Amino acid sequence: MSIIVDAKGLSCPQPVLMTLNKIKEIQKGEIIVRVDTDTSKENVSRAAKSQGWEIADVQEKDGGYQLTIKKD
Amino acid sequence: MFKNFFATRWGIIGVGGLIGVLAALLQKLGNPGNMGICVACFERDIAGAVGLHRAGVVQYMRPEIIGFVLGSLVAAYIFKEFRPRTGSAPIVRFVLGVFAMIGALVFLGCPWRALLRLAAGDGNAIFGLLGLAGGVWIGTLFLKSGYNLGRTEKTHTSVGWLLPLIMLGFLSLMLIFPQIKGEAKSGILFYSLKGPGAMHASLIISLSAGLAIGFLAQRSRFCTMGALRDLILFKQIHLFSGIIALVVAAFIVNIILDQFHPGFAKQAVAHTMQIWNFGGMVLAGLAFALAGGCPGRQLFLAGEGDGDAAVFVLGMIVGAGFAHNFGLASSPKGVGPHGIAAVIIGLIVCLFIGFTMKKRVS
Repeated sequence: MSIIVDAKGLSCPQPVLMTLNKIKEIQKGEIIVRVDTDTSKENVSRAAKSQGWEIADVQEKDGGYQLTIKKD
Repeated sequence: MFKNFFATRWGIIGVGGLIGVLAALLQKLGNPGNMGICVACFERDIAGAVGLHRAGVVQYMRPEIIGFVLGSLVAAYIFKEFRPRTGSAPIVRFVLGVFAMIGALVFLGCPWRALLRLAAGDGNAIFGLLGLAGGVWIGTLFLKSGYNLGRTEKTHTSVGWLLPLIMLGFLSLMLIFPQIKGEAKSGILFYSLKGPGAMHASLIISLSAGLAIGFLAQRSRFCTMGALRDLILFKQIHLFSGIIALVVAAFIVNIILDQFHPGFAKQAVAHTMQIWNFGGMVLAGLAFALAGGCPGRQLFLAGEGDGDAAVFVLGMIVGAGFAHNFGLASSPKGVGPHGIAAVIIGLIVCLFIGFTMKKRVS
């Protein structure tokens, strides 16, 4: 089961901070990040890529976005 | 992955550069010295235009601010990014807006103007920018230790429309009560007869520039505070490249237009009390960092439906009233009689907010 970071309703830089903290914690694997603005989606994607993680999937969900980020 | 070109590195550089060019041109076309665009100063002028303060030299309903919000609203609707939301500690955002404005008016400019002053050769801006970076750095310490104002909630579409409607109301007032040459009042609106408030480009030019910047800044997420915050917090230079582009572009256009005058003394709408240029912007930078955006970004967020950013904007406008009514704002002669006390009180309030508002998010 994937780890979920629920950053819905939180403004920048919280979604990025939460995602980076989780990346630091698990080092590799799969994380699902939930955000509700396009800005947060872009910022989380940029931050994940900068850590060598891949954006495996982006889906619109509940008026926001669900990003799946991965590192093998 | 990005469908949005403006959110790429070249997108943010292009938008920053365009803002720099437009700001320098707006100055040439009538806006005050080194103040082609200043979000704090222009909101202060709006506060004066509606009589929230009666400082006769800074009263004008600045169309650029109206354009920023409406341009962002249009972009948000076209690209389906209008998301009405609110409920993340609005009273705190109001108070942060008040003190952000007070700090900015002790320095005499928001981060946008600090960059433009630097691009025009005003050395005093260096102290303001150092203060801004210092304030944002303190803000990042709070962010790292868990500070946040809680989650927003989705809300009625009309909530997201309120600030854009207020801006449309301001524009209507300007059209109903246009400036009358030699008159300090037209209907219910106040106008400056001299000073920075009397210096402005034409309504159509200012509004068009504001709309263009509002549109592009919404797409690119341009933010001067975020630029420093992301650099300090994440070592990311994405937004920072936008503000560098702004300074370089404004500098080049200033050289071409003979608007570059290096030095410290007798700079336009500036003072040389460097400790308070620094201190004022520490306060403003901290307040912007705790509120999650520079004053321009708050306008763009409000345009895309963020009711909390709208409250911050209203806090800044009310803060301008306090700043001039209580003698907190600086002038080219130096800081106001109570400006130093206001900066100290503002810093205490911001530290109180930073230390006590660590909301757990699961």
